[in-house]
Amino acid sequence: MAPLRIDLSLPLRAFDLELELEVGPETVALVGPSGAGKTSVLRSVAGLARPARGTIACGEDLWFDSARRIDRRPEQRSVGFVFQEYALFPHLSVEHNVTFGGGRAEGLLRRLRIEHLARAKPTELSGGERQRVALARALAREPRVLLLDEPMAALDPHTRGSVRAELHDLLRELALPTLLVTHDFEDAAALADRVGVVADGRLRQLGAPVDLLGSPADPLVARLAGANVLSGVAAPAGGGLTAVALDDGPTIYSADAARGRTEVVVYPWDVSLAREAPDDSALNHIRDEIASVTPLGNRARVRLRTLTAEVTTTSAERLKLSPGETIVASFKATQARLLARG
Amino acid sequence: MRAAFAAVLAVALAIALAFLLLPVAAIFLRVPPGDLLDALGHDVARDALVVSLKTSAIAHASVLLVGTPAAYLLARRRFRGRGLVLTLIELPLVLPPAVAGIALFAAFGRAGLLGDELDALGVQIPFTQAAVVLAVAFVESPFYFRGAIAAFESVDAGLIDAARTLGASPARVFARVALPLAAGGLGAASALALARGLGEFGATIIFAGSLQGVTQTLPLAIYAQFEQDFDTALAISALFIVVGALLLVALKLYGWLRFGSIFRSLFAPSTSS
Repeated sequence: MAPLRIDLSLPLRAFDLELELEVGPETVALVGPSGAGKTSVLRSVAGLARPARGTIACGEDLWFDSARRIDRRPEQRSVGFVFQEYALFPHLSVEHNVTFGGGRAEGLLRRLRIEHLARAKPTELSGGERQRVALARALAREPRVLLLDEPMAALDPHTRGSVRAELHDLLRELALPTLLVTHDFEDAAALADRVGVVADGRLRQLGAPVDLLGSPADPLVARLAGANVLSGVAAPAGGGLTAVALDDGPTIYSADAARGRTEVVVYPWDVSLAREAPDDSALNHIRDEIASVTPLGNRARVRLRTLTAEVTTTSAERLKLSPGETIVASFKATQARLLARG
Repeated sequence: MRAAFAAVLAVALAIALAFLLLPVAAIFLRVPPGDLLDALGHDVARDALVVSLKTSAIAHASVLLVGTPAAYLLARRRFRGRGLVLTLIELPLVLPPAVAGIALFAAFGRAGLLGDELDALGVQIPFTQAAVVLAVAFVESPFYFRGAIAAFESVDAGLIDAARTLGASPARVFARVALPLAAGGLGAASALALARGLGEFGATIIFAGSLQGVTQTLPLAIYAQFEQDFDTALAISALFIVVGALLLVALKLYGWLRFGSIFRSLFAPSTSS
């Protein structure tokens, strides 16, 4: 499978997006706030938008090269594009949508378990079914590159999980160079082998989801990954620990080394809650007021004044958490990662 | 206060309806259906009907054939001077028909802009059926253009993009995606233009004259009979109203069918897994 190589500069409204990326037989997700130019990257690869300069190549095939004035038309490139909201042809049946670009539908429809919908019109389908039709259509011409623009955005929250798992398996099976764009880090981490965080026109960090979570390059990456990012002043505290006096008041301890202004990254799922400060191995106990409790399936997101914790719904019910009450949030010094100020 | 306002609205609607329908009703009250059919046996009426149908058909087909791709280009492409082109295309809308007739003379008449060239080819246009076709096409085309451009603009650009990434050439995108999705709007624009073309009077009488069996269309025949035989004029008018009403009903029916299909899909039993 020939890799997709992208090296381009895209003029956006507020800034230029510079991106250099090689995608092998894997799924790479670009994550970033909306307006970061993620969709423009996909459109450039498909030939629907023209970068200011750069090159786009699939293996030896040059699709775009500003220096050599090469710009192949979309119909001459070999991409399967799953559009945001799927862009299915409303006047054609599922089968005719899939065979629009040629090829046969049966095998793909069976593979995606939508053969019973062959004669249905797109307006009669659920979000998950529409996504599968869009995938079948994108794959029908046996493309060399697969592009997915916010593939999960048009789905109901309660079907999201299962659809995501199926999409994950399909992408593994295909082993095509796949570039996926999303604003949701969770989707990116669940679907992609590597995640790239795009903001302010730059690729801030690119790596396996685990690496991004474990050592985020900057506060923005950490925040996108769902972390609490707390500002404070660090000073050595003996015993290999660093004490950080948070701007919000409390002092916390970290196992990372730093001095002066720093940012502390704490993931909500590393924070445990208790009525009274427990006598345990955690070094950090913050007594704080509950601002809100939001259920997220089997977990509950508990927002305190200084940070956010994520606990199971069972724990939340057992502790009878409700806004306005005071609670103790605990986490270990090893779970408080310090970001060096660059 | 509220009731009074509601009453004002209702009265306004009643006046508008009465004003619009009274003249139409008057024609049918003056012409019993039997007389209507008799009048159609009249040479003048029959000749005018043939001339109208023939010239309108040719003019309308030409407008559709040239107007559809031109409207597609204007709807899809953004280029310098596009606004100017859109304005120029709509110019005939604001021209009085008589001015259109004079303008056609100035272009295609013997002493006109293309007079010498046409003469060299042995072609003479004024006062022929070709002149009727030109006049009708000139006057009805902006109606089709406006509607057709709007129809193509309403086609989701994402679907066009999707078709292109699926390997469709621009011609195939037009035929398989843009045209079917714009069909409703194109049909409406086509009907409106056809109605306007059938009723064309001013430009035709100046540029083509009113020769029975050659250039005398239905509206011209009504005008000619108005002085001589008012009953025939009434009968032709009644015929016109019937044709117009049929066009309007066909248009509404088409819109309803399209709307109906959306309705059906909304209430179709869910097939989600």
